[in-house]
Amino acid sequence: MASEPQGGLTEYIQHHLNHMTVNFSADHFWFWNLRADSIIISFVLGAIFCLWFWLFARKATSGVPSKGQALIELIIEFVDTQVKDTFHGDRRTVTPLALSIFMWVFLMNAMDLLPVDLYGWIVTTVAGPEVAHHTYGRAVPTADINTTVGLSVAVLIIVISHGIKAKGGFGFGKEMLTAPFHAESTGAKIVLLIPNLLLNIVETLSKPVSLAMRLFGNMYGGELVFMLIAGLMVSWIGFVPGVLFNTAWAIFHILIIALQAFIFMMLTIVYIATAREHH
Amino acid sequence: MEINMTFLGQMISFAILVWFTTKFIWPQLNGAIEERQKKVAEGLAAAERARAELKDADAKVAAEIKQARQQSTDIIDKAQAQANAIIEKARVEATEEINRLKAQAQDEIASMAQRAREQLREQVGTLAIKGAEKIVQREIDPAAHKALLDQLAAEI
Repeated sequence: MASEPQGGLTEYIQHHLNHMTVNFSADHFWFWNLRADSIIISFVLGAIFCLWFWLFARKATSGVPSKGQALIELIIEFVDTQVKDTFHGDRRTVTPLALSIFMWVFLMNAMDLLPVDLYGWIVTTVAGPEVAHHTYGRAVPTADINTTVGLSVAVLIIVISHGIKAKGGFGFGKEMLTAPFHAESTGAKIVLLIPNLLLNIVETLSKPVSLAMRLFGNMYGGELVFMLIAGLMVSWIGFVPGVLFNTAWAIFHILIIALQAFIFMMLTIVYIATAREHH
Repeated sequence: MEINMTFLGQMISFAILVWFTTKFIWPQLNGAIEERQKKVAEGLAAAERARAELKDADAKVAAEIKQARQQSTDIIDKAQAQANAIIEKARVEATEEINRLKAQAQDEIASMAQRAREQLREQVGTLAIKGAEKIVQREIDPAAHKALLDQLAAEI
């Protein structure tokens, strides 16, 4: 994208929006691009979450909890309460799923609060400006559509498997063809097969699309605003308002980070709960 | 905004994450939380029970104290009544004894007075006879007048 240097804010932002990309095919077909920054950062954050929670889960006591355990239990009970209110059934797999989504998305979103030029500065300091000029990297995995689509497609698979598990393969297929329009006579039923199927496909596909686009849009937009504010701070005139905007936007962004993680978790639970309902 | 194999990688990451959470994080922590909830509930129930028991024990103690107080009052009353009875009995006995002794003394006094009177009478008789003898020695014959003198002595 930033192939022809234009200078100024446009180049700065375009440079920052490039991913660290690795391609795995000989003809450089676009699908075989792997965004290493998204993969590595999200994997590290997931590992941090696992390690953090696992260390406390390992020595979890039912007696007086340590402060660290109390914090983790607070998060777990918060998630479990949300699940309990929405989903009525066996929560042994649903709550861990919701917890993973919430914590992972939250941590990935929280990368937005790191200074936008921190990575560039580290690379410049460690490897020199020449390497830094050719090295791209983005800190927020959820500002990459691949991450959010990956998450939402995984959620869709889980939702569908919940539906099949609750109704059986036949019941699930039958519902795809007979709901939402119900008919009494066989003829009318056959007439309604196609519209029902089309509507169900649209409904099913709209779930991952809305999940992925909502999270991606929020985080991408947030990141972009941070970059614009950073561009403002380049000049001496814009420095003070830049700092003020940056602070205000960061404080507002704390809300968005937690809210988007919560929304993603909540909608997943709602989708699972509706998938198990009979129509 | 291109979708490439990154999203497959993220799906795999997510799957690993969910698997790890379901297997190693959630059961332990949830178990601890639920066990603590049970413990707290048991503790609260035990406290409630102990409070009820304490109330019962308090009531029992109060009843027992009341009974003991009643008993001691009864004992004191009985003892007082007994003491009064003993005193009364002693008084009656003493009065009787006094009366008896008084009567005895009076009898004795009476008998002694009787004896003294008799002695006195005898002596007065003798004395009178002696006096009279002296007065009328020469003119009265003791033998002739003895009957008269005896009669006189008896009349005293």
